[in-house]
Amino acid sequence: MADPMPQETETRIALVIGATSDIGRAISRRLAKDGFRLQLAARDLAQLDREAQDLQVRGASVLSQHHCDALAGPGAEAWLDALEPLPNLAVCVLGLLGDQAQSQLDAAAAERVMRTNYLAPALLLGALAQRFEQRGSGVLVGLSSVAGDRGRASNYIYGSAKAGLTAFLSGLRARLSERGAHVLTVKPGFVYTRMTDGMNLPPSLTVSPEEIAEAVAKAIRRRRNLIYSRPIWRLIMLIMRAIPEFLFKRMRGI
Amino acid sequence: MKISGWGRHPVLDCRLQTLRRLEDLPRFLQAGESLIARGNGRSYGDAALNSELTLSMRAMDRMQAFDERTGLLTCEAGVLLADILKTFVPRGWFPPVVPGTQFVTLGGMIAADVHGKNHQRDGSFGAHLESLTLALADGELRTCSRTRHGDLFRATLGGMGLTGVILSASFRLQPIETAFLLEETLSAANLEEVMALFETSQDWPYSVAWVDGLAQGAKLGRSVMIRGRFLARAELPQSWAEKPLRQATPAQLKTPMHASFLLLNRTSVSLFNRLYFRRASGDARPVPLQTFFFPLDRVEGWNRIYGRRGFVQHQSVLPKSESRAGLAALLARAAEWWPGSFLAVLKLLGPGGDGLLSFPMEGYSLALDLPMNDGTPALLTELDAIVERHGGRVYLAKDSCCSPELLRQGYAQLEQFNAVRSEAAGEPPRFASALARRLAL
Repeated sequence: MADPMPQETETRIALVIGATSDIGRAISRRLAKDGFRLQLAARDLAQLDREAQDLQVRGASVLSQHHCDALAGPGAEAWLDALEPLPNLAVCVLGLLGDQAQSQLDAAAAERVMRTNYLAPALLLGALAQRFEQRGSGVLVGLSSVAGDRGRASNYIYGSAKAGLTAFLSGLRARLSERGAHVLTVKPGFVYTRMTDGMNLPPSLTVSPEEIAEAVAKAIRRRRNLIYSRPIWRLIMLIMRAIPEFLFKRMRGI
Repeated sequence: MKISGWGRHPVLDCRLQTLRRLEDLPRFLQAGESLIARGNGRSYGDAALNSELTLSMRAMDRMQAFDERTGLLTCEAGVLLADILKTFVPRGWFPPVVPGTQFVTLGGMIAADVHGKNHQRDGSFGAHLESLTLALADGELRTCSRTRHGDLFRATLGGMGLTGVILSASFRLQPIETAFLLEETLSAANLEEVMALFETSQDWPYSVAWVDGLAQGAKLGRSVMIRGRFLARAELPQSWAEKPLRQATPAQLKTPMHASFLLLNRTSVSLFNRLYFRRASGDARPVPLQTFFFPLDRVEGWNRIYGRRGFVQHQSVLPKSESRAGLAALLARAAEWWPGSFLAVLKLLGPGGDGLLSFPMEGYSLALDLPMNDGTPALLTELDAIVERHGGRVYLAKDSCCSPELLRQGYAQLEQFNAVRSEAAGEPPRFASALARRLAL
């Protein structure tokens, strides 16, 4: 079977969707260090320009910048048609935690969370998968979350969307496995980002965006299927999933 | 959240928030309380602590522009010096001034107006700063330089973050041919000898001396001087010549959590010092720049070797005419104190720069690392009195104990600084830290 990605660095191109997010920035920098030329996509083009400038001063080659709005509704993937050339690697880091209490009361707020975490990434990665499958090569990376491993009272709207994405990526991986393309699912636990600012996070379980980027770059090289930010999360989520529902429903605190 | 400076003393419960985008700044400025910007937390004492709001700048780490012809680099204030080195040393550029650690932010380097081993020749970091952009209390972003808003520029240089939030700055990198230096090590039997070595090392751009903090009597001031200069490409040994700008990263060591203080006691250190300071003298060897400039960066978390209570660093500078007597007094007092200062660093500084509150002035600077114990505050008071007697000043980026009186006596332009600050920071000042409160700034 053909290698999903060429080894010679100067020909490799990576698309980062959500390039202005903390994790997106770190992943872009890390991939540039590995020799990838970059295509960047984000909603806020002014901010994206600042990130592109940063990457270029650091020595990266930024091929193009694209406007991508996860909340734009049908046809939101149309910008992918403008991608020239087609990248070897596409990383989607779109994500929105939202406010669980607000999402419970306000359907529009819940929809924003669901769109950003499930619909938009799934449709974007699906559209890219189509192109990668046709070409017979390519690596897709989706950022899901441990929150998708089990719905919890404190964040199940976000978690359910991430669960959908995890399932989508898993199916996509199986579908593409004989077609030369590869899919990596990333389930970060706690990360110090804008999303978690103000939360009281356990330092031993929380990583920096740079650590995630490092783990992702390594997982891409090794063609891993699924990674957590730290191995301990695999164990934590194993236990979480094993708790019987009659007990779990009383554990609203977690 | 409980945070501290690098010395791990004092520890203060602070509201710590992270600034990620410029657009978010008004939200923090309008919050109504006072705030202090914090870089990478490498100042030793209470300079980057404010219980009401400590604003982490580490996520503001975008590089904005670089001019390949002039070496002018513009970055956001949260960029780490280590990041700048990783990016630009391979391209043949090096900052004009670097402090003893690369894990500082650009904003921190400006706020403390840091100096390096080349102060005597090249001045402090501020001397190479072209301009900076500062957020003021009313939310205005003001770009200042020596010629535009010069007063605010000079007050912000070395101003410990008290004039506003430093957002970005432009400074000039210098071209280098290799990432290696020629390092010469000379031993000095006492204070006279090491001072004489400094005076005769004028041809060397970089010089510093590690002083045996435990030596007393005739051996007082026993030191090893290390001086260096960047190597030209043609001077490199064969093995390095192929990749002259490759930064050899020395193996990283890690300090275990709160390494036992037993590891570090007067006996073990004095034994180490006896061996170290007897080292062969006069040998010159090529070393990677990381080894030359940042020897302690190799040991991650070395501040933990002093145990849970942390340590303080007392760094002062004395005018040249007073240096001989003042240094002897400081060293003698520290050496007879129990358990002693295990690490003392001596440097010769050149004339002061533009910063109204900048530390460097012409004379000798001595830094003493002192473990924190019940007797430390009293010792610091004594050391401060010696500094005062000899017309010197203490370095605010290291300090956690000095008094408002010593500050006033040491920093002649304090009044001017206060005037500029109250205009920029409002009244009462929006930008304040635990240090500012302690020093009645």
